[in-house]
Amino acid sequence: MNDERFAPAQARRRRAGAAFRVACLVSVGFSIVVLAVLLVDIALDGVKWLSLDFLTRYPSRIPARAGIRSAILGSLWMMGLTAAASFPVGVGAAIYLEEYAPRNWLTRILQTNIANLAGVPSIVYGILGLTIFVRFLALGRSVLAGALTLALLILPVIIISAQEAIRAVPPSLREASYGVGATKWQTIRHHVLPVALPGILTGTILSLSRAIGETAPLIMIGALTFIAFPPTSPMDPFTVLPIQIFNWTAKPQADFHDLAAAAILVLLVVLLTMNAAAIFLRNRYQKRI
Amino acid sequence: MSGAGDPALGHRLGRRWGERVIAGVLFLCGLVSILTTVGIVVVLVTESAAFFRRIPIGEFLTGTRWTPLFAEQHFGILPLLNGTLLIAVGAMVIALPVGLTSAIYLSEYASPRVRKVVKPLLEILAGIPTVVYGYFALTFVTPLLRAVFPGTGIFNAASGAIVVGIMIVPMVASLSEDALNAVPQSLREAAYGLGGTKFEVSTRVVVPAALSGIVASFILAISRAIGETMAVTLAAGATPRMTLNFLESIQTMTAYIVQISLGETPHGTLEYQTIFAVGLVLFVLTLGMNILSQRITRRFREAYE
Repeated sequence: MNDERFAPAQARRRRAGAAFRVACLVSVGFSIVVLAVLLVDIALDGVKWLSLDFLTRYPSRIPARAGIRSAILGSLWMMGLTAAASFPVGVGAAIYLEEYAPRNWLTRILQTNIANLAGVPSIVYGILGLTIFVRFLALGRSVLAGALTLALLILPVIIISAQEAIRAVPPSLREASYGVGATKWQTIRHHVLPVALPGILTGTILSLSRAIGETAPLIMIGALTFIAFPPTSPMDPFTVLPIQIFNWTAKPQADFHDLAAAAILVLLVVLLTMNAAAIFLRNRYQKRI
Repeated sequence: MSGAGDPALGHRLGRRWGERVIAGVLFLCGLVSILTTVGIVVVLVTESAAFFRRIPIGEFLTGTRWTPLFAEQHFGILPLLNGTLLIAVGAMVIALPVGLTSAIYLSEYASPRVRKVVKPLLEILAGIPTVVYGYFALTFVTPLLRAVFPGTGIFNAASGAIVVGIMIVPMVASLSEDALNAVPQSLREAAYGLGGTKFEVSTRVVVPAALSGIVASFILAISRAIGETMAVTLAAGATPRMTLNFLESIQTMTAYIVQISLGETPHGTLEYQTIFAVGLVLFVLTLGMNILSQRITRRFREAYE
């Protein structure tokens, strides 16, 4: 084993191994350092503008008077309507694919199609929303048109995650329900869905957190950037946090950049809260099974 | 089971109808995704057809000047493709090595405790909205580049490519890690039995065995970089040009579409129709890569056990 003829080669191989280990660590470290730098950079730029006034004031051309009230309210409207449109349809599609769909070409097409839709760039959904919702259905540049566009955008992700949650429900539950004479829908409604619900909700919250950070499709459908009033109905024009951030970042003045950083901090807090909720649900769910 | 006039029979029939209605409604939910695809294709193709009736498709695909908003109009998409390609190539130069080595580290080296900390951090990196990356590119990466390379423009391809690369690292890492994890333990044990070091086992046995999944993740990542919009709109500029210089301002297909939709271009004009033609090229490119990635995963999967 310890033949001297192998010693140099073995030393070389060990060195290569050690070097590679360091390279791997540097790689992982790179991502974490970038994340830290990004958060610290934004916090340093934005924190001095953060105040209660900033949250409750409307946008203004004067940086010192600008706030994000209309953007926050617009984002809340957008999240509510997007959830209302995408959750039932997404869960319905997932139930169909997992519990009803026969194994045939149509089902295969449906499944492949959903996977492909998940990879379509968000701006293409914006073009679709602009043509179908804003113009063809004449919804105008409204919250509703934006929410429907985002609902289509996150639908594939909701369907795929809901399918996984439904698939994880043990078949014995279904068989027991059928055994006492329940119909298919009764079985799904009373036994499959309640068990799958935490998983479905986790997936939905994560997709909604993607929708809340989307900018490009909403710019496409023409979300105005200077809105000094919150929406009061689904047909009102709107702005959302990411668009307000884009608008301020695109301005040359440094003060507006700092405002953008402050708005980013608010957006990141919202996103982190949503992710924490999703992780909390996931952990409880994992414990139960 | 029961005779005519049994009240339970009517109840059961009602239930059966209800069941059918529910199955129908659920099927319609599934159909929404098909309708979305049909909608995207119909919208892009019909509006692009109107565009191609006025601009020959050959000129569109081979022209090297893109000036729809100038007095002297040219409709050659190559400068936009050039810009998109620069961003995709630059992003992959970062995302491929960093993503793959991160995946190898997480799957082969890291202890469960380290993995439990690192994976959520990567998920956070993946969950940050792209407009935030745009802000980061413009206010942090670009000034840094300008300090190192004095000739760099305020808007430049490098800054956009760097943040897009950072953005897709988590995706490459997580998909490649899944592929590495799927390699059976027995392969590793056999390689160790032959006296391989951890480095040799990881790079000469595990990575080749997982290659199809890794390549699929690369292709998906390129497709994602091509479709990325906000970071490149903010950081890379609005100057469509044929260049290989990363320090110049460029324009990608996505950034052009945003530029037009932000502007005052009236609906129905030739300038307006360009976004559909560019959108169609973008859609075909990304869809093609996604399908290719699925094919590779399915066709070249090494089947173990």
